[in-house]
Amino acid sequence: MGDAGEVSTETLTSGPELRAFLHGLPGVDQVGADERAARLATRSIKTSAKAQAIDLAISMVDLTTLEGADTPGKVRALCAKGAHPDPSDPGVPKVAAICVYPDMVATAAEALAGTGIGIASVATAFPSGRAPMEAKLADTAMAVADGATEIDMVIDRGAFLAGDYLKVHEEIVAVKQACGDAHLKVIFETGELVTYDNVRRASWLAMRAGADFIKTSTGKVAPAATLPVTLVMLEAVRDYREQTGRMVGVKPAGGIRTTKDAVKYLVLVNETAGPDWLTPQWFRLGASSLLNDLLMQRRKLSTGVYSGPDYFTLD
Amino acid sequence: MDFEYAPAPESRSVVDIRPSYGLFVGGEFTGGHGEPFKSIDPSNEETLAEIATADEADVDRAVKAARTAFEKVWGPMPGRERAKYLYRIARIIQERSRELAVLESIDNGKPIRESRDVDLPLVAAHFFYYAGWADKLGHAGFGGDPRPLGVAGQVIPWNFPLLMLAWKIAPALACGNTVVLKPAETTPLTALVFADICRQAELPPGVVNIVTGAGETGRLLVGHPGIDKIAFTGSTEVGKQIARTVAGTGKRVTLELGGKAANVVFDDAPLDQAVEGIVNGIFFNQGHVCCAGSRLLVQESVAEELLARLKARMATLRVGDPLDKNTDVGAINSAEQLAKIRELSQAGEAEGAGRWSPPCELPQRGFWFAPTLFTGVAQSHRIAREEIFGPVLSVLTFRTPAEAVEKANNTPFGLSAGVWTEKGSRILWMAERLRAGVVWANTFNKFDPASPFGGYKESGFGREGGRHGLEAYLDV
Amino acid sequence: MSDRLSVRKTYKLFIGGAFPRSESGRSYVVNDGKGRFLANASQASRKDVRDAVGAARKAFGGWSGRTAYNRGQILYRVAEMLEGRRAQFVDELHATGLAKPAASDEVDRAVDRWVWYAGWADKVGAVAGSANPVSGPFFNFSTPEPTGVVGVVAPDSPLLGLVSVVAPVIATGNTAVVVASEPAPLAAITLAEVLATSDLPGGVVNLLTGRRAELAPWLASHMDVNAIDLAGVAAEDVRELEVAAAENLKRVLPPGISDWSAEPGTARLTAFLETKTVWHPVGV
Repeated sequence: MGDAGEVSTETLTSGPELRAFLHGLPGVDQVGADERAARLATRSIKTSAKAQAIDLAISMVDLTTLEGADTPGKVRALCAKGAHPDPSDPGVPKVAAICVYPDMVATAAEALAGTGIGIASVATAFPSGRAPMEAKLADTAMAVADGATEIDMVIDRGAFLAGDYLKVHEEIVAVKQACGDAHLKVIFETGELVTYDNVRRASWLAMRAGADFIKTSTGKVAPAATLPVTLVMLEAVRDYREQTGRMVGVKPAGGIRTTKDAVKYLVLVNETAGPDWLTPQWFRLGASSLLNDLLMQRRKLSTGVYSGPDYFTLD
Repeated sequence: MDFEYAPAPESRSVVDIRPSYGLFVGGEFTGGHGEPFKSIDPSNEETLAEIATADEADVDRAVKAARTAFEKVWGPMPGRERAKYLYRIARIIQERSRELAVLESIDNGKPIRESRDVDLPLVAAHFFYYAGWADKLGHAGFGGDPRPLGVAGQVIPWNFPLLMLAWKIAPALACGNTVVLKPAETTPLTALVFADICRQAELPPGVVNIVTGAGETGRLLVGHPGIDKIAFTGSTEVGKQIARTVAGTGKRVTLELGGKAANVVFDDAPLDQAVEGIVNGIFFNQGHVCCAGSRLLVQESVAEELLARLKARMATLRVGDPLDKNTDVGAINSAEQLAKIRELSQAGEAEGAGRWSPPCELPQRGFWFAPTLFTGVAQSHRIAREEIFGPVLSVLTFRTPAEAVEKANNTPFGLSAGVWTEKGSRILWMAERLRAGVVWANTFNKFDPASPFGGYKESGFGREGGRHGLEAYLDV
Repeated sequence: MSDRLSVRKTYKLFIGGAFPRSESGRSYVVNDGKGRFLANASQASRKDVRDAVGAARKAFGGWSGRTAYNRGQILYRVAEMLEGRRAQFVDELHATGLAKPAASDEVDRAVDRWVWYAGWADKVGAVAGSANPVSGPFFNFSTPEPTGVVGVVAPDSPLLGLVSVVAPVIATGNTAVVVASEPAPLAAITLAEVLATSDLPGGVVNLLTGRRAELAPWLASHMDVNAIDLAGVAAEDVRELEVAAAENLKRVLPPGISDWSAEPGTARLTAFLETKTVWHPVGV
């Protein structure tokens, strides 16, 4: 994400101009996109490729806890897990980031000090985004002040669906500014945007407003991440780089629970945006229970026998 | 980072290829009296089995067996009983689908992903669909009690061996006909397993007869006086020969022949899906598809952008071992077909079109051709007019909808066409004007037993699939 | 009255809405039932076939592009004009040897047949088309469409037979090049006059008189003819014409009907239709 800070958000267009631009993007045929995603999901990733994919997936996990019942103890446990996912095997890579609510950032920052693991905080009145702008910015600024290196903001879906793209744009720009050096992930909540045309428009809107990452979902709305939605977003970041030279990352989040799921996402990245995105710098998987399944499959590959949940920590 | 997919071969252990195969006549496997031939694996040129050739006497035997079965058993049988036999066959196909898919890929060279996910599900679906018609023919719009024609002689191609068998046999049997079917000489194996399936289903002897051999066997079958109906899928050239052969005989004929489909992309198309549709249109089954979208007609205003995306997408196509589950493009079916593809591609270059293929390592042995596109193609080029029947796309441009229609229709063929635009009224406007039997709008190469398929003009006549497909096998 | 010298009609060809003589300048004698001279009919040549096919092709786009309702209206208008010329047709058939009551009956049946086919224009799509329940997120529908230019070798039934082969071809949007009955061509030209004065666009029906044996092979082999109706072809000539027709895979309707007064059914109506199936995804 190195150059993200230098990128100027594009000259703010007027509402009608922004609208004309977004509505001028090529449409997405839902059936065709679903078909393409489903077909890529039939890729058979075996043996050495699977081993490679599992380690890559582990390193891309934004290990997440976003519960009302979160406590410092819970967050510390998660941080420990993220740094050493499988205590019995030091060869297992650490995760990309730990993702928590803003009030848990300080705890996480302390627990993760020196690990190189990112501290991601949701912000802007997550998950609904229904709060005054001042509150959203304060939310962001405080998380950053407490040590967040990544901010996962939600867009105002109401404004988006009402066609007030300029408002969404301005919010992203403002939050980006509040992020300072922290990287900004923009969550669309695609389950509420519903159509792939909207997902494509939201992707371009966010990228033009300065997003470092675009992210599917909060995990609080069903459906959360899906393969076709992620496909559309990957096409968007691919095309955006083509046009501007700037890379934007993608993060599907929510509903990714198995190794099989994770591998499908990696195939999607590989064959859509391309191998440049196959790094934790540009692709993340927002998940919680996924990590243990990845570890279990990793064990199966290395030992040749199926493992069981008792051999992996529940954190 | 590079993400290399490790080899993921489908197991061959589900198939048991015998060293030699005979004909299937009157419910028995029997020898043939012609010179036997070999069926090879086009991905490595290894011999798979030796196959009997039916000579004149063998064909005669098969036609007689079919006639007897028609008169004594199948013709008089109530439709509901015929239906149950067809349902049985459909179920057995599902049960043996992996075996059939692997065998199809070995014999044909097509990727296992396609034989597994496209061919075999459609084969079973076709039998299920027509099974249900067998006792409802009086409701199909052809009169209260439409009668079968008798014995159908059916000759099928090598591009979708088992699927074309299903398209031929299922409606024929549902309508009360019996059949003598000749599979293509390069892909006879799944038809012979199908013969075994007929036995497992306890289909009465003689209802289905399979005669193997090359073109000569086909000629004998088509010219046999005991045949009431001829159904052929293959080249336009052979289709014309057949039409001449049966001239004046009163035999009923349906022909599914060649094509040179235009896939028309407007500047407001859903571009990423259009790219997928173009790829699926021409690289599906190595382009060995009569309805392949072999002419890309792209609106000039979006041509550059579309081609860039198309090339990037083509670069991700995985060409190689048909049995690898990740293979997108398999082997060319035969040396002969490969030579034809090469010859026409060279003609394209010689005529001045720009040839492009993604970097692509092809196996040393076997018959292979990299996915290829030609830009700057003119309507007058051979590669814009002749059916290549391979993974070769000719790209042309147009400026207005009327020009797109004019170019799309400017061919003696008329099997299929594609239209890509987000504008509904334009889709219908185009669909009305395209002279083709199948128009895929915002999709391509979709097939379904309920959907009639067949061509205009020199792409043949008659329809297969759906209620319309019954007409080919009823005396109406 | 009997002293008055009658004004005879010149029987010409009907091509592209006009009445030219044969480019060959030839004509042949048509006799009445007793072998007496009745008229000279144009004897069309292969070039007249060529011109007629050209006219039919030119008319195809417009005719097939009209709404089915409009085609039905125009055909019904033709029936009205036929009815208005009943007496003329009866006289003409009578002159060729048919007894008055039989001639009258044939004309009645011909008009009624035309009305029957006129009504089909906007119904055949519903009867021959379908929405197909495919297994997937697609809307899939099949519609019958006209095959194109249809060559028609008309039977010898001079009016009822002619109407029975021409009406179904054009009702569905095809255009026609018709070779009239060789021994009884006069009613065909009178029918052409009816067509010319109705609202039928020029070129939709083109009528040639002349030698069947000379004209039919040119029609059967013409590469811009999409289909051919061999209704008036003798059994022994079918094979050769079918061989010629194979060159561009014409749809061929073989001869077989001798009693044109029988209920026609829909066979001729659907013989020159192509089924077009359109797929479109269903999504949001």
